[in-house]
Amino acid sequence: MANVTLTINSEQVTVPAGTKVLDAAREAGFFIPTFCHDPEAPGYGGCRICVVNIKGARSLMASCVTEATNGMVVETESPDVVEARKTILELLLANHPTDCLTCDKNGDCKLQDYAYRYGVGSSGFGGEKHSYPVDNSNPYITRDLNKCILCGRCVRTCAQVEDRQVIDFAYRGFQTRVAPAMDTNLAESACVSCARCVAVCPVGALTYTNLSGKGRTYEIAKKQVTCSFCDAGCQFDLNYKGDKVIGVTAKAPGEGRPLCLKGRLGMELRYSDQPLTPMLKKDNEFVEVSWPEALELEDVLAKLKELEK
Amino acid sequence: MTNSIQEIANADFILATGTNTTEGHPIIGIQVKKAVRNGATLAVVDPRSTEIAGLANYHLRIKSGTDIALLNGLANVIIAEELWNKEFVTERTEDFDALRETVAKYTPDYVSEITGVPAETIKEVARGYAKAKNASILYTMGITQHICGTHNVFAVANLTMLCGQIGKESSGVNPLRGQNNVQGACDMGALPAFFPAYQPVALEANRAKFAAAWGVDELPSKTGLTVGEIIDEAGKSVKAIYILGENPVLSDPDSNHAAHNLESLDFLVVQDIFLTETAQLADVVLPASSFAEKDGTFSNTERRVQRVRKAVNPPGEAKADWEIICMIATALGYPMNYGSAGEIMDEIAKVTPSYGGISFARLENGSLQWPCPTAEHPGTKFLHVGKFGRGLGKFHAVEHIPPNEMPDEEYPLILSTGRRRYHYHTGTMTQRTGALEVFYPTEYLEINCIDAAKLGIEDGDKVRVTSRRGQVEVAAKITEIVTPGLVFTSFQYPDVPINKLTNAARDPISKIPEYKVCAVKVEKVS
Amino acid sequence: MVATVTLTIDGIQVTVPKGSTVLEAAESVGVFIPTFCHDPELSKPGACRICVVEIPGARNLPASCVTEATEGMVVYTASEAVLEARKTNLELLLANHPEDCLTCNKNGECKLQDYAYYYGVKVGAFPGEKHNYPIEEDNPFIVRDMNKCILCGKCVRMCQEIQGNNAIDFAYRGFNALVTPAMGTTYSDSDISNCVFCGNCVSVCPVGALSEKGMLGKARKWEIEKVTTTCPYCGVGCSFDLNVKDGKVIGVTSTDGDVNGRALCVKGRFGYGFINHPDRLKKPLIKKDGKFEEATWAEAIAFVKEKLGAVKANYGPDAIALLSSARCTNEENYLMNKLARAVLGTNSVDHCARL
Repeated sequence: MANVTLTINSEQVTVPAGTKVLDAAREAGFFIPTFCHDPEAPGYGGCRICVVNIKGARSLMASCVTEATNGMVVETESPDVVEARKTILELLLANHPTDCLTCDKNGDCKLQDYAYRYGVGSSGFGGEKHSYPVDNSNPYITRDLNKCILCGRCVRTCAQVEDRQVIDFAYRGFQTRVAPAMDTNLAESACVSCARCVAVCPVGALTYTNLSGKGRTYEIAKKQVTCSFCDAGCQFDLNYKGDKVIGVTAKAPGEGRPLCLKGRLGMELRYSDQPLTPMLKKDNEFVEVSWPEALELEDVLAKLKELEK
Repeated sequence: MTNSIQEIANADFILATGTNTTEGHPIIGIQVKKAVRNGATLAVVDPRSTEIAGLANYHLRIKSGTDIALLNGLANVIIAEELWNKEFVTERTEDFDALRETVAKYTPDYVSEITGVPAETIKEVARGYAKAKNASILYTMGITQHICGTHNVFAVANLTMLCGQIGKESSGVNPLRGQNNVQGACDMGALPAFFPAYQPVALEANRAKFAAAWGVDELPSKTGLTVGEIIDEAGKSVKAIYILGENPVLSDPDSNHAAHNLESLDFLVVQDIFLTETAQLADVVLPASSFAEKDGTFSNTERRVQRVRKAVNPPGEAKADWEIICMIATALGYPMNYGSAGEIMDEIAKVTPSYGGISFARLENGSLQWPCPTAEHPGTKFLHVGKFGRGLGKFHAVEHIPPNEMPDEEYPLILSTGRRRYHYHTGTMTQRTGALEVFYPTEYLEINCIDAAKLGIEDGDKVRVTSRRGQVEVAAKITEIVTPGLVFTSFQYPDVPINKLTNAARDPISKIPEYKVCAVKVEKVS
Repeated sequence: MVATVTLTIDGIQVTVPKGSTVLEAAESVGVFIPTFCHDPELSKPGACRICVVEIPGARNLPASCVTEATEGMVVYTASEAVLEARKTNLELLLANHPEDCLTCNKNGECKLQDYAYYYGVKVGAFPGEKHNYPIEEDNPFIVRDMNKCILCGKCVRMCQEIQGNNAIDFAYRGFNALVTPAMGTTYSDSDISNCVFCGNCVSVCPVGALSEKGMLGKARKWEIEKVTTTCPYCGVGCSFDLNVKDGKVIGVTSTDGDVNGRALCVKGRFGYGFINHPDRLKKPLIKKDGKFEEATWAEAIAFVKEKLGAVKANYGPDAIALLSSARCTNEENYLMNKLARAVLGTNSVDHCARL
């Protein structure tokens, strides 16, 4: 494939043609913030935090959707870029709770990281704030839409699984929010609690219910394990606090695979020192079930018992 | 130090002489303040009215360079009033009669005349020191940087032995080292007359031992030159110098002379982290590592060996100093191959009895104070319990010697130099921190209001300070910290290279220059 | 033998030396009790009350840091009454605390935050007046944000009992109570303030009220790697932690040193900037025609070898002298001694001990 050579922050960078400016810059070791960019579903260009200055361009360009071209001159931290990013952060913070104090995402939150990096302590924009009720109808996933920055990564990752596509944007303007069909809560929706969405959420809008209050992100060490329930090989993280596994979180689906609740529960039972109580939806209500039932092992167990006799 | 730092807080009496402790050694200053809060009596001997002098029960504001007279005066009172420790003197010392004879004429009245300290104060301090359950003497360069520096130290030692205030907890002679690893540099044989652990090079047996350890046929027997002699001989008998992390152009006395001599060398190699005033004169400059970029150990003023740990990589192509030394030795035909600083320490332990039990593995569990001769030895908190290194402690009777250069009509003021809290040595590091030099950006000359008035100088005026050797310009600060007749500044500002003025006259034994006294004149710069 | 007492804490039998506090007894068996104003090295004001425990028979919830453990005492550290008291305590503190963990440099190492999270206490239980003090940042070392101060007084006691400078104390009363230098001035007002910028107050502040100025915005607490080492300045040999992020030293913080405990001086704590200074030498330099030119290591070492060799050959070993360094390590000084004596054949090796 043909290469192109461009200049990023005075440094010559050569990349294959078709590479986006974002990837070219990151490859060369330069920092560019992103909210909506998902390497698994690139080319969205929604959040604009990744804007860079490209000489001759009519405006600051979103680097995640701008193709690198020969001779292009890019500045990733010029004063106008920094100013634009600060304004974006101020606008996001204008309608974001200030509860890092107890937020479970504290320490692993992109909004927080960038606010710190760019010194945006509070919003310069006073205005209305959302006051959505927190959706904890689902026993596994807590949705706090007050913290959502509408990056849409949850929507896109969910949509990658053909038969799911449970959530999408609804309403307009200030009212815009991510919602299941008919704007129900998660429990009433077709959600299968696979947690793909939680794995990609950059802020505290989607979190694991069972990990709430159990540890700050910086106290938790993660160790990757591969699920062995099926041949997909999805990746999960064991969350260690001290020497105890306090929970299992989804990391990434296997190639072309969906991730599933059964896999996560299986990992939970196998590794967690305090496994959660499994719940399954029956007649549109979540009810506690036995582990064999949660893991769909009842038939197998029954047959084994049969054989024993 | 014969004691440990933390023992100071438990002393009943502290005699701090020639030490601006709270500025020069703030953490030891903390211990002194703690002792005072615990009820200790503090006597400070200093011509300047320093912060620690302000905390003292007695501030003995002696005239510069009269320390021996004062210390002999204290001994005189202690002997005259029968306060000396007869048991200690009999059992553990020799030549007491010589001391008694010499100090006989140093009566409080006589000493008062020489030093300017009231006779009654001398008596009270002598009594306090002698009668204290335990008493610690702290000193630094105010004692040593005189032409009679070694004799000053003898006079200090005489006093402690006279009263038996040594060889026990919180009692002893405690010189406070000014630089992080002066102690270690001495311990490691960076001295012209000694191998590591002060084993004299003059002794055949020592040379044989080290020759065997280092795998060479023989080692030189002739005592080498001291730093002052090296600078004096530079360009004469000394043709090439390899300087590791030092800046003699700013730190040595009469520095015009030092710079001139270094320029006349055939070859000068300087290894440093910055292009210092000295490095600028070099033929080759080798980029070295700061303490944050290498592994090793420092030995502090209380003989405590502690780890230095590499936290980051050196900038660019800079290397750890030990690696560079190895490269040079190897190039010169003597392969030095150490895989780590820890391996060097293993070799040190083999040839250095006082470090015999020290290894990086042990230091991981905490620091160790030498002597620590074996891997089982816990280290040594305080020295001279029951016995001195040489057996009996020897009294060296010494007489008052006036400074080499006293004020006269042409140069009517005494210049003394020292350190500031916010800076370190020649400022190579502390002038580049983004913080210290911001807060304390320029140096000034402390001058008493009486002298200032005579010379028509107002606070903040630019003045020219001149000695027989050179001159500098500096802003004046009118203050009562110094007495009339005395001016003071630090040597820590490249903009005020005060060592162009200082006197290179040295103590004949230690070869330390007399930084604390030289004659200058001060004029307002119009 | 030391007299002991045995008590029961949360059902665990604990034996401690007589005179121990309930807090010490609990800590000795790993039972968690939160503290703000308590510090084992400082006097015990028993002021913050976050360490309260339930002792049946006591007339209220006593502060465990100042309550002596007695024989047969029964203690509950996490009973309902205790939890409620601690939560209320936190709610009251948070009623007048800025909500800026988002960018606060203390985030991740803040006791107020830790306990709020642990006890699930959110902001807003007691709405009321908030302080709006200007942030004191007129010196290059320490930033004081009194809006974040919880008045635990550890800085005051550190300055008084360890540093011995008495630079700060409580002033005013009630809601207006404030830690300040004399006359309400700033640290840097040297006509009035006795502050010497040792920063030992910063080392004990449990919240974000006192910060190292040079570290602001440089790293979140959880991104920092700490490397314990020995100070490069005076001969005292204080230990401290170099704070490292992305291969750079971004600050110095206290550790528990054998010599100095947590105390440091202004040079040790704030004098690290030279490490990253642009003036640092990065390549060997060889002077040609009076000007330095960059060289490779191979060139520089070969040049040194040639020149020293020539001097030795022409004038003998004593024409070469070495100045070792009181700033370098023992290992390096040892090698200089060895280089002089074994390799070059001269005893002319010295250093600046005399200066």
